Amino acid sequence: MRRVAVVVFPGSNCDADTLAAASGAGADAYYVWHRDTDLRHADVVILPGGFSYGDYLRSGAIARFSPVMGAVAAHARAGGAVLGICNGFQILCEAGLLPGGLMRNAALRFLSRPVWLRVEAADTPFTCLYERGEVLELPIAHGDGRYVADPRTAAELETAGRVVWRYVRDNPNGSTNAIAGICNAGRNVVGIMPHPERRTAPVLGGPDGARVFQSMEARNATQPAVDVRAVGDRHLRV
Amino acid sequence: MTAYRVEVRVMPRPALLDPQGQAVARALHALGFGEVTAVRVGKHLVLDLEATSGDAATARARAMCDRLLANPVTEDFDVAVRPG
Repeated sequence: MRRVAVVVFPGSNCDADTLAAASGAGADAYYVWHRDTDLRHADVVILPGGFSYGDYLRSGAIARFSPVMGAVAAHARAGGAVLGICNGFQILCEAGLLPGGLMRNAALRFLSRPVWLRVEAADTPFTCLYERGEVLELPIAHGDGRYVADPRTAAELETAGRVVWRYVRDNPNGSTNAIAGICNAGRNVVGIMPHPERRTAPVLGGPDGARVFQSMEARNATQPAVDVRAVGDRHLRV
Repeated sequence: MTAYRVEVRVMPRPALLDPQGQAVARALHALGFGEVTAVRVGKHLVLDLEATSGDAATARARAMCDRLLANPVTEDFDVAVRPG
């Protein structure tokens, strides 16, 4: 059973769904308030969706300076798994833990509807139970979901297989290369714009998101690039 | 210390699509302002602050832009300082 910290910012609104999805997958999931600086020996950190700090200035721009983000960055640097969903993805980009940024949807409207996305990389801690090429139906709910990166970064993401999910059928928000989610070079930090936590059972409209959370628990979960042991509050590279 | 007023202009990078600007351009055309060839929409921030000199105020304001007020991935900024 992995320990999963769901960070709650003022304005987070998908925290309860995310906690339920992680618990439902068998994780020992708990909340961490954004003012805390202790992740309580988390194996996995999830930044949930919502509108942290009212999206003032830019989505995620103020949340990235929350006290907890120092601990999240240290966890990520040590190879620990981090998932940012929607606003969490925006925060990871603002924090520089993922490249690129998320801008206003090309059609300017807030979009709340199902989309289809293809799993492009199954070698991350959050996609190892999916097959590469699988097409999922997940909902989006965002106004600032257009992923942008300079051409060099976008090319690097493509060649290194760091595009984790890509929109298919249509590109709802005008994202570069129809990118719906990416990972960092170490493949332990992952961001996704759609909401897997809202599709974890047929009664919720479909089960396509459940394996994101089950992947964290899977025995064959991708190991971080370095062997990391957590001792006390510190991560040690072994 | 002297009071300064710093005006910060933050604009989306020219290479990036600016759908807000395009929507405003279309609305202007619909109102008969057909001479408009392009519109871009950014942000204007006005900061009142204390500094030892105009240069110091500029340096501090640029540091604020680098850290928080602008996102270097998606935006450019410029800073204008005058006595407050």
